[in-house]
Amino acid sequence: MSYAVDVKNLTKRFQGHTIVDHIGIRLPCGQICGFLGPNGGGKTTTIRMLCGLLRPDEGEGVCLGLDLGRDADKIRSRTGYMTQKFSFWEDLTVRENLEFVAKMFAMNHVEDRLRECLRNFGLTLRADQLAGELSGGWRQRLALAACILHEPELLLLDEPTAGVDPKSRREFWNEIKEFTNRGLTTLVSTHYMDEAERCDKIIYIADGHIVAEGSAGELMEKSGAGSLEESFIYYIDEVWKGEP
Amino acid sequence: MTVSFTKICAILKKEFLQLKRDRATAAMVVLIPIVQLLLFGYAIDNDPRHLHTALLSRDNGVFSRTIAAGLKNSEYFRVDEEVASDDGGRKLLQQGVVQFVLTIPEDFSRNLVRGRGPSLLLEADASDPVTVAGAVGALNGILTTSLRRCLNGPLSFLGKSAVSPLNIMVHKLYNPEGFTRYNIIPGLIGVLLLLTGMMITALSLTRERERGTMENMLSMPVTPIEVMCGKIVPYILIGYLQAAVIILVAYFLFDIPILGSSWLLALTLLMFLMCNLALGFAISTAAKNQMQSIQMTIFLFLPSIMLSGFMFPFSGMPQWAQAIGNCIPMTYFIRIARGIILKGSNFSEIWRNFWPLLLLMLTTTAAAVRLYRKTLD
Ligand SMILES: Nc1ncnc2c1ncn2[C@@H]1O[C@H](COP(=O)(O)OP(=O)(O)OP(=O)(O)O)[C@@H](O)[C@H]1O
Ligand SMILES: [Mg+2]
Repeated sequence: MSYAVDVKNLTKRFQGHTIVDHIGIRLPCGQICGFLGPNGGGKTTTIRMLCGLLRPDEGEGVCLGLDLGRDADKIRSRTGYMTQKFSFWEDLTVRENLEFVAKMFAMNHVEDRLRECLRNFGLTLRADQLAGELSGGWRQRLALAACILHEPELLLLDEPTAGVDPKSRREFWNEIKEFTNRGLTTLVSTHYMDEAERCDKIIYIADGHIVAEGSAGELMEKSGAGSLEESFIYYIDEVWKGEP
Repeated sequence: MTVSFTKICAILKKEFLQLKRDRATAAMVVLIPIVQLLLFGYAIDNDPRHLHTALLSRDNGVFSRTIAAGLKNSEYFRVDEEVASDDGGRKLLQQGVVQFVLTIPEDFSRNLVRGRGPSLLLEADASDPVTVAGAVGALNGILTTSLRRCLNGPLSFLGKSAVSPLNIMVHKLYNPEGFTRYNIIPGLIGVLLLLTGMMITALSLTRERERGTMENMLSMPVTPIEVMCGKIVPYILIGYLQAAVIILVAYFLFDIPILGSSWLLALTLLMFLMCNLALGFAISTAAKNQMQSIQMTIFLFLPSIMLSGFMFPFSGMPQWAQAIGNCIPMTYFIRIARGIILKGSNFSEIWRNFWPLLLLMLTTTAAAVRLYRKTLD
């Protein structure tokens, strides 16, 4: 099996605290992988290291066949990263934001691609609204549209559906599935178990360690839990048992 | 490192859109120079009157009395004191009680009548060269009119002759650098461009970091040079706009023209702006938030106005202060701008200050590019 992401011993320290501790991540090409863990577990930090926003203190590996340390620039241009916190320019309109992203990725046929993207995400009517005036759910939609705009091969989504209503969440996931069918590899962090169940593979991370990974079925089986949510709690409790 | 023109243009467009929608900043950019100039500008007294003067008369002849009377009757001078000795006059000058001491030498009247063209000595406190130049002109006028009335009958040939019957010798004291009140205009351009230039770039980058948009930008394939160009060009234009506002207001309100080449001034402005913007850029890489970047801006701003010759004459500063001043772009900018605007200096005259500014521009720009971090940590 070929992997879009294959890294090991990835480590990040902040002010002497080890936030991510020698973790290995393998994402098979064309799969959706769920990234779950308690708050402060190190999900955002890991994702940032994968897309070159943070330099790992230790660890090596490849993303899209490119070396994580040396080819950060090339990895960037083939990866779509959606930040956990909304990070578009609030004083630009939806269209201006998307246009900016398109130019930054040196895209051709910007106009056509923009129109298509606005339509796919139902943003056409809001195209000329300032991003800062959008409601939470629509902001997420803009962010998702922006990170898929340049047709990346790897998607790193950090809680894309936080604050999104159930119906839109379903639409989001259908959208993500759609990308995957076209060959995209996705790593998505989330706190929703129903979303985790839709993933091909799930990774649990707590205190900077990977505590379990596998398909939803495997995780439930191994932990002997009746549901995915219970398996999550089981594994996290396992980690935290040793600590006061 | 590759540089993409499209990417630079995209950042440029974004900056302009954001500026356009940020009305408060846009208004400040234009209003601050106008308000500052009006405040400082009206402190400039364009038409001085009743300049304090001391008279030292060593001659009791009729002509010296005529001159004294003419001086007293004029609006321009005000004779406060009549002193008896050189020392007395010097002392008053030193204390700043008077701005001028006029000395009428012994045998002045006799020498005048004999057509020997005697000299009057005008000692001036030249901390204000413009006033001194005006005063010398005024004194000439006063002497001519008051003497003409006396030089009649057999002496009329003295008044008619092409050579003036007397000379005025001017001794300028206290101001070797020729500091003028108008120095405030080039200085003000410097101060404003320094402050707004550094602050506006530093803030625009730290704001991106604070709001999280930097994370987004960093996740895109864009090089430091591209970011820097995109971020700096709009503020160069703003800097030019501010300089233009000051120069125009100075011209129309205070009659201060640019004596030298405008192109040369524009080139100097460009280098100076680049220095400030690069410094702002560098500040933003060190500051964690907008508050810090404002503090750092002030931290760099203060020595720039204190030690650059803007506030105090450079040659009067202690050695250590001059050494610091020599590393500050503002020092060279002020000298060049004063030269071009007030003295009409040409390129070879400003070269001595031009190359250090160029050097500082290259260093600060290189430092800014190097300091730019492509990651969040
Ligand atoms: N720049 C930083 N400096 C210092 N500590 C940091 C920094 N970034 C993250 N941390 C710490 O690292 C830990 C992990 O943070 P991270 O954002 O990766 O967690 P997360 O799994 O994404 O949590 P959440 O589910 O709440 O988003 C936290 O304890 C956080 O305080
Ligand atoms: Mg997070």
